[in-house]
Amino acid sequence: MSELPPFALYFIAACLVLASQGTVRKVILLATPVIAALHIWLNIDTGTLSTYAILNFELTLMRTDKLSLLFAYLFCLASFISTIFALHVNDAKQEIAGLVYAGSALGAVFAGDLITLFIFWELLAISSVVFIWARGTERAIDAGMRYLIFQITSGVFLLAGALAHYHATGSLAFGNIGLESVAGWLILVAFGIKSAFPFLHSWLTDGYPEATATGTVFLSAFTTKVAVYALARGFAGEEILVYIGVTMACFPIFYAVIENDLRKVLAYSLINQVGFMVTGIGIGTALAMNGAVAHAFSDVIFKGLLFMTMGAVLYRVGHANGSDLGGLYKSMPKTTVFCIIGAMSISAFPLFSGFVSKSMIMSALMLEDYSYLWLFMLFASAGVFHHAGIKIPYFAFFAHDSGLRPQEAPTNMLIAMGLAATLCILIGVQPQYLYSLLPWEVDYWPYDTTHVLAQLQLLFFSALAFVWLNKRGMYPPELHSVNLDVEWLYRKILPEGVYRCLIFLHSIKESVMTAAIAPMYSIRNSFSQSSIAKYHLSESWPTGSMVFWVSIILVAYLLLDIFVYR
Amino acid sequence: MSEKEQKKYFFDKPKNVQWTMRIFYIICVLLVLADFIIHRHIGLPWEEIPAFYALYGFVACVVLVVIAKEMRKIVMRKENYYDE
Repeated sequence: MSELPPFALYFIAACLVLASQGTVRKVILLATPVIAALHIWLNIDTGTLSTYAILNFELTLMRTDKLSLLFAYLFCLASFISTIFALHVNDAKQEIAGLVYAGSALGAVFAGDLITLFIFWELLAISSVVFIWARGTERAIDAGMRYLIFQITSGVFLLAGALAHYHATGSLAFGNIGLESVAGWLILVAFGIKSAFPFLHSWLTDGYPEATATGTVFLSAFTTKVAVYALARGFAGEEILVYIGVTMACFPIFYAVIENDLRKVLAYSLINQVGFMVTGIGIGTALAMNGAVAHAFSDVIFKGLLFMTMGAVLYRVGHANGSDLGGLYKSMPKTTVFCIIGAMSISAFPLFSGFVSKSMIMSALMLEDYSYLWLFMLFASAGVFHHAGIKIPYFAFFAHDSGLRPQEAPTNMLIAMGLAATLCILIGVQPQYLYSLLPWEVDYWPYDTTHVLAQLQLLFFSALAFVWLNKRGMYPPELHSVNLDVEWLYRKILPEGVYRCLIFLHSIKESVMTAAIAPMYSIRNSFSQSSIAKYHLSESWPTGSMVFWVSIILVAYLLLDIFVYR
Repeated sequence: MSEKEQKKYFFDKPKNVQWTMRIFYIICVLLVLADFIIHRHIGLPWEEIPAFYALYGFVACVVLVVIAKEMRKIVMRKENYYDE
């Protein structure tokens, strides 16, 4: 039993779900994360290694240390909460996908070599796209296809990188990879796609808002966090990640401010939060790394919570467009409270989970003398509060009264949101439990007067800016629109370019044809005027007659063959 | 249904909104005042500016919104832009 890797429990459960129905199926769905977490807690110790051999390769299915254990617990927790949130959905596709998806995430964080990692990397891609396709709309199916292409491309880079790494070092072990070789860069691109690096991020903002109300909750928890884990494992302390991370934290907030679909706002803010983690990994000190993984932990919960509240709105109202919502607190008060708790957590209010994890990364930036980048990150922190902390709850639940009076979210959704909200506050108030799970030894405590005062000033005056801009009528209104992002390149420019090219080639063909055919016509004309043209055989014959005569000749050959040469 | 429509909710009363805003403004003022009373650790030179975080938060958000609004002129398209 102790040998059983946790992902296997999920895959077995997926098979059982396929064979069961009704209540039994729901029980299996709920029990799996609990059993997996207990199994990890009771039977798997740090330092466990279990290997298997394929061909001549020794592959490591399980490599257990504090880093992989932290993510494993996180994924069990996330799948438990997401499952409760989706409990009312009776769709075997999504239920199985949820189990395979969470199981693959567990497989990936325990993978000790690049090939095992690659297998789970691709399983993550294939299982997760189901949540987008399950929406069933044409837009969702197209978006899912684009999402899948990105994910598979990431896998291809990972495989190429793994093979190049093997060629160079003779080892497939997944440890610190670094950027000294081509292999390192290939693998970085693979991880970069999945963690939504700038210019490689559009699958996320394109795909997540198209997924089902419950699907986005699953999606937000696993893919990017597996990538963050992989970066922490392979590229800790690579300075380029600091700059990438700061860019990721800063640019999405501009889009988030002007985006209308509130789930897309959350998708942008997801990139922004991953930016903080990537920065922490780039700094690479024990404090920064702890900050990065702690922030991944709290982000899964508060971002999941925010996606759940917007999922509940989508479920009840049918859309999540800021322009057409407002005043929902009147009929969905509980969801409103949960959304505000999620918003305060993501904005890193003291006593909420974001504060205890993000402040580590900010402190690490300051300690490592990235003072100008620190200013950018402070800007990003204020921006998070602005777009995720205020905009999401304000436009959905308050603002002008849209007249919509949807029912409160179903009980299972409320339980899931309540659980996540409780955790947000628990982590914020009692961070020592999260800190004790962190992989590196660091003596850090977020609650000192300076920190709390500074953060409160930052947040309250960001809010004041929102109030002031709103009162002056300077705040950009929510509008039905799309904003061009990187996907414009392949959704508009590339198809348009291909179309233009085809037209251009067609016109070339036309002009070549006319240029080549005109002399042929004149040759024929001059021939028909010449004296030879009068002969019978020089006349133009229909093609059919030639076929007829050829077939006559062939029949003659056949007859000769049968009767004469026998 | 009509009874429900006429039900007054918390923020439907202007008085409640007013009070909420007043409390908010008071907190803002107190936070700035606290900056002069409580000593903050200084890690970076610009942190010495009085109420640095308050100023930065306010300015950052105004800049963010102004730039984002300008961005709309370049990147905003109709909702069905990609479907055409």
